[in-house]
Parts: sequence; C-alpha cells; structure tokens
Amino acid sequence: MKVLLSVKTTYSALSAHWSRSFLTILGIIIGISALMLISSLGKGAQNLILSQIQTLGSKTIAVVPGREPKGPTDHAVVESFYGNSLKERELASLQKKSNVPKVSDVMPLVFGIETASRDKETFRPMVIGASHLISKIFNLVPQTGTFFTDDDVAGRSSAAIIGIKVKEELFGESDALGEKIKINDRNYRIVGVLPKKGQVLFFNFDEAVIVPYTTAQTYIFGIKYFHRIIVQTETEDDVPFAVRDIEATLRSLHGITDPEDDDFFVGTQAEISETFTTVTDILTVFLAAVSAISLVVGGIGIMNIMLVSVTERTSEVGLRKALGATEKNILFQFLLESFTLTTAGGIAGIIMGTVFSFASATIITSLTDLDWKFAFPMTAALVGIIISGAIGLLFGIYPAWKASRKNPIEALGYE
Amino acid sequence: MPLIYVSNLEKIYHGDGIDTRALTGVSFSIEKGEFVAIMGPSGSGKSTLLHILGFLDRQTKGEYRFDGKAIEDFTNNQIAHIRNKKMGFVFQMFNLLARNSVLDNVRLPLSYSDVPEHDWDILAHNAIAAIGLEHRIEHTPSKLSGGEKQRVAIARALVNNPEVIFADEPTGNLDSKSGKQVMEILQDLNEKRGHTIILITHETYTAEHASRIIKLFDGKIESDTPVKHRHHAHDGFEK
Repeated sequence: MKVLLSVKTTYSALSAHWSRSFLTILGIIIGISALMLISSLGKGAQNLILSQIQTLGSKTIAVVPGREPKGPTDHAVVESFYGNSLKERELASLQKKSNVPKVSDVMPLVFGIETASRDKETFRPMVIGASHLISKIFNLVPQTGTFFTDDDVAGRSSAAIIGIKVKEELFGESDALGEKIKINDRNYRIVGVLPKKGQVLFFNFDEAVIVPYTTAQTYIFGIKYFHRIIVQTETEDDVPFAVRDIEATLRSLHGITDPEDDDFFVGTQAEISETFTTVTDILTVFLAAVSAISLVVGGIGIMNIMLVSVTERTSEVGLRKALGATEKNILFQFLLESFTLTTAGGIAGIIMGTVFSFASATIITSLTDLDWKFAFPMTAALVGIIISGAIGLLFGIYPAWKASRKNPIEALGYE
Repeated sequence: MPLIYVSNLEKIYHGDGIDTRALTGVSFSIEKGEFVAIMGPSGSGKSTLLHILGFLDRQTKGEYRFDGKAIEDFTNNQIAHIRNKKMGFVFQMFNLLARNSVLDNVRLPLSYSDVPEHDWDILAHNAIAAIGLEHRIEHTPSKLSGGEKQRVAIARALVNNPEVIFADEPTGNLDSKSGKQVMEILQDLNEKRGHTIILITHETYTAEHASRIIKLFDGKIESDTPVKHRHHAHDGFEK
C-alpha cells in the first residue's frame, strides 16, 4: 500500500467532516485525559511521599517493637506503637561496635501527643523524646538557640526545642527562647526554636516539642521502653549488613531462634519506599482502569460513526472497487481512518491531560504548603497512545469489513 | 482469439418471489481494437451486460471469456487486478472523488496497481494531456464543467493503459457540445491508440460514432451490424 497516498486519502476523508470527527473522538479525548490526570496525580502523591521518606536518608534504619505487620489491619500495627521489647538493654547492645560494626549513630525515640501550655494558651503538640542525634538525622537546625546535649539526656533535663507553630501558638510574636512551657504539670525551658520545616514523613516538626528521651520517658509518658530505635550507617552500602547484625544482636539478646518469633522488626528507607510505591501504584492502576471504561464507550462511538461513514460513502467504495481496489485495499483504507481518528484523539487527550495535571499541581501547591511537584506520567502517555490506536483498530474493523464486502454495482448506485 | 467472447449469456435477478430475466441468451464476440456500441431502451439489459463484461457482476448461465479466460478462473484479487490493469470504466455520473484534485482522481487506479510510485505522476500527466485538461490539474471536480468532469473520468480510465474501456452512457448527462468532445476523445483512443471501446447508449446518434452496433431488446440481441455512415465528432472540438 502506498503510504503517502493513504495518509492523504485519510486526511481528506476526515477533514470533510471536522466537527463530526471531533465529536467522534471526544470520548477518547476525555478518557485519555482522565487517565493522564489520575496517573499524574498518583505519581505526584507518590513523589511527595517518597521525597519525605528520602529526607530520612537512605542510610537510616528503624527498629520497631513487635513483629512486622502483615497489613494495615494486623494488630501488630498497634503493637508497633505500644510494644515494650525495645529498652535501654537493647539500645546498649546496638550501640556496641562489636555487635553492629557498621553503625555510626543509634538514637532511641519516644513520641506522643500531649498538651503543652503557657499561661492561658494551650496547644497539643507531638512530643518527641530523642537524643541530640535527631538534629543530625532529620536535619533540624534551630533558627534561634541550640540543641540540647548528651548531658541533658543523662541528667533528664527539662530542655526543650519547639517547632515554629508551637512557638506561634503559645508565644505569638514574642521571643520564646529561655521561656517556660508546661507539659504534664512540669515546666520545660525552651533552648531552641526550629525554623519552618513542614511534614517530614510521620512527624510534623512545626507542631513538635523535642525533649531528651530520658525526660520524656520518665516525666511525660511514664514508660521504660522506646517506640523506635533509629540507626544510621556510614554509607548506604552498609545498610544490609547493619540490618543483618541488628537482627542477630536482638535475637540473641531475646533468645529467639526462629525469625518468625521476632518481637521487633527492622525497616529501612528502601523498604518503606517500596511499600509506598506498591500501594500508590495499585491505587493508580485501579483508578486508571475505571477511567478506561470511558475509552470503551468512546470506542463504541467510533464504531457507530464509522458505520455511518461507510454507508454514506457506498458509491466511493464501489468506484474504488471498479478501478481495481481489492477488499484488502478497502479494509485498510477504513481501518486507517478509524486508527488515525482515535490516535489523534489519544494525542489530544495526552495534551489535555498534561494541561489538566499541570493545572492541578499548581492549584495543589498554591492551596496547601505541600511540596507537590507536577509529574508527567510517561507510562500513562504511552499506554494512552497505544490504547487509543488499539481502539481505532478494534472498533474500526467491523465497519471496515462491511465496506470491503460491498458489491461494486450496488455501491455505484445501480439497482 | 477474440478479446470478448459471450455465448448464451443469461442473467436472472431473484427478488420478492419474482424472477427478473435481464438477459436471456446473448451471444457475440468482440475483437481487440473494435469500437462497439451496445444500444437499447431502458430495461433492455444493456447495463447488466456491461457489468458482466466488466467483471462487476456474474452471469447466471452461459459463458463469458475475457482474453480467453472466464470469471470463474479468477480469485477476487485477480479480478480486482484485471479491472485495474485491463479495463477502464467511464460512468454516466462521472463518479469522481469530490474532495480530490484532478491529478489525484486520475492517479487513483495507479494506487491500486503494481506501477511504481515514481511513475504515477508522469502517467497521470500523460493521461490528462490526452484529454486536454493540463490547465485544470490541481482543480477539484466541483470547479469543472460536466464535460470536463467526464474527460477527467476518461483520463482515469486511460491511465493504466487498459485493453478495453467500458463507457456507460458517457454523454447522458452532458450538453451536446460536451458530448461531442467526449465522443471525439473515445474515437481518438480507439483509432490512434488502439483501445477497444464498448459504449452503452440509448441514443442512435451517439451509437453511430462506433464502428458496430449491437441492439438489445428484452434481454436478447435484436441486431448486430456494422455502422455504414459513421459520425466523426471532429468538427467544433475545442479544448
């Protein structure tokens, strides 16, 4: 088949009815736009969460009490917040270089929402008990004041670092440094105020009060265990070895022989990223599949219009056959038309979807303080173009076949 | 061996319980290079005969051989190929593609042929030159007069240099001057280039441009005679 002429023929057939051609592919355009928009939003959300996970650093490992939850409804999820398998003894053995040689920093973590007050002002911040290492691990540098030290941890001092939102709620415009706030009837002296930081994975540091973990355990939460032990390695390559050594150390400490009986689990940034990616991918695919229904509807519209077109152009088909067109030639001609039509719809849909996605990203960024970035969904674009072409072929085949079977005499308008 | 050999050809249309006998035993042969007019009033079966001769339809009974072969000897693709390479069609209603230029209309049969694409333009130009419409080459049919449209249709029939040109009432929708031009072109193609022409008409005057007239009546041949005083359309031909 002569490609250039076929393209010309297709173009002239479709351009004869611009508005009809456009209305025909509207369903495809909307379907592909929706596909693009959903994928772009899914990808944007995924990137946002992943970037937050990555702020933890790829060298960060979290040791969590309780066994690894098998799903969101597993009661091990609850245990991961209230399990008491991680205590000073576990912390000490993880800090021993001979047990876990690849580790550079080990930091226990306790946290919970409490009421903090100053005079008549109250606020419910997330109280985080940590060591000064939290500054390094989460990249927290006070805008005024300093971080507390190991001495504060050892002495259970009442030094506190507060987030910017806590400062604004309790102190307004006035200076907070050196002032006192009350948590659980006990005063804490503010030694540092954090700059605006926003949400970092599970913690919103703007709404946090950070105190030495020993202080938090004793005076705020009244517990002797840790909610997490955060471990950092020297390099990313050390992570797998560190995980192995942490597991071995804790198992021998707890007398566990079968990993099934573990009363803790070790999560790495890579693992968390993977889980989030899987979840958001499944969600995106599911929503995309729903939007694909409109593509099927669009395809039926294509078939309908192509059938009308074939009937209208009966005499053209007859003429072409009289001039020597084979059934294959006619079939190909009409298939190319529907294929071109739907592929054009697909391309228009990709362009429109991109515009919508970009607009949504802009709106989300301006309405929230999320660091949401526009993501061009390459996969959706490719899938969209392939699907739209496939719809043209699939729903065009029957009208094209009907055209190819036309009897040239009837087609020429004779009785 | 005659180019066209027809023996006891019958065509019966079945429909609504009534069988219509369009052709009831027609026999004749046409040699290469002849200019034959098939005449008859409407309903005499002349269009049916043309469709069968042009491989657009099949007879119910009897024998039809084109160049020694019957339609039964061919596959659908081979029939399409014969229509493309050996037969040219000119219709009463011109049947040009309205949105395509004169050039594209004339090139259309080439696109279904095995002629290499780089030869299309020269062949199409030659065919358009033969009917004297070089200056209209980029126009669409809507810009042409009826006579010009029919000349484009002749160029299209001509472009693959067919053995035979079937012309079905080619002057039926034209004024007498345009009709004359069309008849002159057909005569030229027959006399100077040796194309076999089979012309269908109900007008005696038009039929007398041919060298032989087969008259049909009620699906039978009424007469088959050479034309004694042949008309020549040369007077008044203007490009």
